[in-house]
Amino acid sequence: MATQSLMRRLPPVSVVIASLVLVVMLVLVIFAPLIAPMDPRDVASYSLMDMEIPPAFMEGGDSRFLLGTDNQGRDLVSVILFGLRISVVIGLGAVVFAAVLGVVLGLVAGFFGGVVDSIVMRIADIFVSFPTILVALLISGIARAQLSAEMMLAWAPLVLIFSIAINEWVQYARTVRASTMVEIARDYVRAAKVIGLPSTRIMGRHILPNILSSVMVIATINLAGAILTEATLSFLGAGMPPTYPSLGTLIRIGNQFLFSGLWWIAVMPATVLVILVLAVNVIGDYLRDHFNPKLMAR
Amino acid sequence: MTETTRPVLDIRNLRVEYPLANGDTLVAVKDIDLTIRPGEIHALVGESGAGKTTVGNALMGLLQAPGKIAAGSIVIAGKEINLRTGRTEGIVPGRDVGAIFQDPMTSLNPLFTVESQLCEGMLTHLKLSSREAKARALELMKAVGIPEPERRLGSYPHQLSGGQRQRVVIATALACNPQLIVADEPTTALDVSVQAQILKLIRDLADQRGVGVLLVTHNMGVVAEIADRVTIMQNGAVVESGPTREVLTAPKAPYARTLIAAVPPIDTRLERLPVPSEETKVTLDARATVRRKSAKSETGSRDEVVLSVRDLAVEYGGRGLLRKTSVFKAVKGVSFDVRRGEIFGLVGESGCGKTTVANTIAGLVTQSAGSIDFEGTALGGRREKSIRQSLQMVFQDPYSALNPRLRINAAIAEPILFYKLASNADEARRDAKTLLEAVGLPADAGARFAHAFSGGQRQRIAIARALGPRPSLLICDEPTSALDVSVQAQLLNLLKDLRDLAGLSMLFISHDLAVIRQMCDRVAVMKAGEIVELADTETLFTAPKHEYTRELLRLAPSVERIMGRELASA
Repeated sequence: MATQSLMRRLPPVSVVIASLVLVVMLVLVIFAPLIAPMDPRDVASYSLMDMEIPPAFMEGGDSRFLLGTDNQGRDLVSVILFGLRISVVIGLGAVVFAAVLGVVLGLVAGFFGGVVDSIVMRIADIFVSFPTILVALLISGIARAQLSAEMMLAWAPLVLIFSIAINEWVQYARTVRASTMVEIARDYVRAAKVIGLPSTRIMGRHILPNILSSVMVIATINLAGAILTEATLSFLGAGMPPTYPSLGTLIRIGNQFLFSGLWWIAVMPATVLVILVLAVNVIGDYLRDHFNPKLMAR
Repeated sequence: MTETTRPVLDIRNLRVEYPLANGDTLVAVKDIDLTIRPGEIHALVGESGAGKTTVGNALMGLLQAPGKIAAGSIVIAGKEINLRTGRTEGIVPGRDVGAIFQDPMTSLNPLFTVESQLCEGMLTHLKLSSREAKARALELMKAVGIPEPERRLGSYPHQLSGGQRQRVVIATALACNPQLIVADEPTTALDVSVQAQILKLIRDLADQRGVGVLLVTHNMGVVAEIADRVTIMQNGAVVESGPTREVLTAPKAPYARTLIAAVPPIDTRLERLPVPSEETKVTLDARATVRRKSAKSETGSRDEVVLSVRDLAVEYGGRGLLRKTSVFKAVKGVSFDVRRGEIFGLVGESGCGKTTVANTIAGLVTQSAGSIDFEGTALGGRREKSIRQSLQMVFQDPYSALNPRLRINAAIAEPILFYKLASNADEARRDAKTLLEAVGLPADAGARFAHAFSGGQRQRIAIARALGPRPSLLICDEPTSALDVSVQAQLLNLLKDLRDLAGLSMLFISHDLAVIRQMCDRVAVMKAGEIVELADTETLFTAPKHEYTRELLRLAPSVERIMGRELASA
């Protein structure tokens, strides 16, 4: 019976596998410079002589290049590791940026209500009426026109984070606003008001901890979305430059060679992207079910 | 109603179990026996968790999985329940057993008209044609006393009042001529005047149609009013069972005696309610400390007016950003004074505006007209920090009054630190500990979260938190209406004790006249946003002037009044 109750507390197998995959990917991402055989950002570390070598397990493969090389002779394992790193950093950055902005605005709108609420939510409506990709293309287009090539290289991740987050915050703001309105009607918030605590303190110390679980759920589900948006932008050429490629950039490069037999250049990074997004989504769905307030006991 | 009549319900040695996740078994109902004859109303009383609702669910086949009937037998109208399935061959819930649930707001489907909900059971169970069903529905609506039954058949539930909805629920329960009705707290959500009508309706049904009624309730007054027999339950077991008058006037079991004694009487005022006191030396010491620390509010004489409310009016709605909404006048010109050290009561039925008055004084709602003077300062708009500190509030629902993510210590220490009543966090924590002891909780309670406590304990914590800023006026908005009677009695005693600490004044809001009589020095009776009568408690209860007050007093179910009357007539 004891094992049975332990089983009940454990998440399903798919979630365990997804978590393991995610942990492995995070470790790879953090230690990429140590693990990767070469540094794709360092032009001296690779040579055009090695270009377009198929993966090691295929005929004509080279044991130095486990997953083969791309059209510039870069080791695919290394480019994918660094690309994964960029994708994860941009995804997390966008989620954090959007969450902070959305939570603050949602709390303020829900707490004060009335005119403040109307203004914040109408702004949110305007933001959400433009498709994410369109806004992101616009912003990165402007950035590209204004910044020099070197500056663009340094600023590209920030521009991407900003352009993705500027649309995503609305979701957080709407959810947090709704949850805040539920919480302020409850007696503990009314008690805090009667005690005389200032609004910022009531919002930060009393309401926020009680609505954070729904924020965490949206954040996880949005992480997958943000990574995909970044990949889409890079694939369209509005994201990371080929010299500093993310997974999306790699797929774009590979796409040019997809039908000339060099399938691995596109398929390898695409597979990694699919696994990453799938793992995040599985965990996100589990968290959503787990934190579902209708299923939670009071 | 002779002994030879076949009982409509016969329960023998019923045992209901819930397997728990850790492998143990929770026995919700332990070996109870219960018999109901036609025309008999049998009340099942007990505090929350006593298992009384479980009995009702078991015989209706409504036990929630994994709960199951582990042993015993249930015979409904001569047919025995199948223990394995929890259902009875030949007995259909809804046809042979009718159900009346607690909340008339949720037991009707908001998307269907009254007629379709009434006819549904008749069409499926009795195989009536829709014309016959409609005729019978109309007949039932008349029987349960709904005005304009033809028009009301076409209404949706939201167009009916709470009392009318409960009548529709009763009509639905009666639709298929059941022999047994299970009524689970049928009047708990209703006002006294509506409650009196519904109880009379149930009594009439039992007398005229010979329906057996299992009445699940926690209210002894209701039991005294209509039940023929009563069974008192505690922790799933029967403590005492017998004819209502015998059990209520001369309970034999110790638990039954405590339970009945804890019911606040409406006819007399007791110094303290007779429940086991929790006044240990620790509690008394802690209270002495609290009294010493709040010495500042002992200045001022007892007759000094602390709070003065004049022509207070509160309106809801009316001001939208882009559109006008209709105005609802919740409070229309209310005036009263609260003196130092006094407990002032506000009593009235739901929707009379008593909670709005409390919220306005507490600053949660802004008045639209009138003035509130608190210790010589006019309140309204932004309030001084010292005003907010002196005015604290205890809320109705102990389950939502504490932040689930804060430890109790932190919750109590927060206002103490905020008002700089302690110089550092350590001192605040010590103060929190003292306050916890003063309200009769162990000092180590502070390290836990709110969910570790029962409703009564949570309400004590909420009181401790409200006392932290050393208020001079404590607003109590129905502080005990969500609690069991014995817990209520303890809390009422506690609040009385705390009032004696440092001349704390209280504004005490309740719908329960008996509680008001026990607690308050003066009372104002509210109706539809106005005060209809304001008097000393004793004057109000012994010589009520206003018609409405007299009606409230007459309708409130009360054990000793009904039993007293019967004793006198016997």
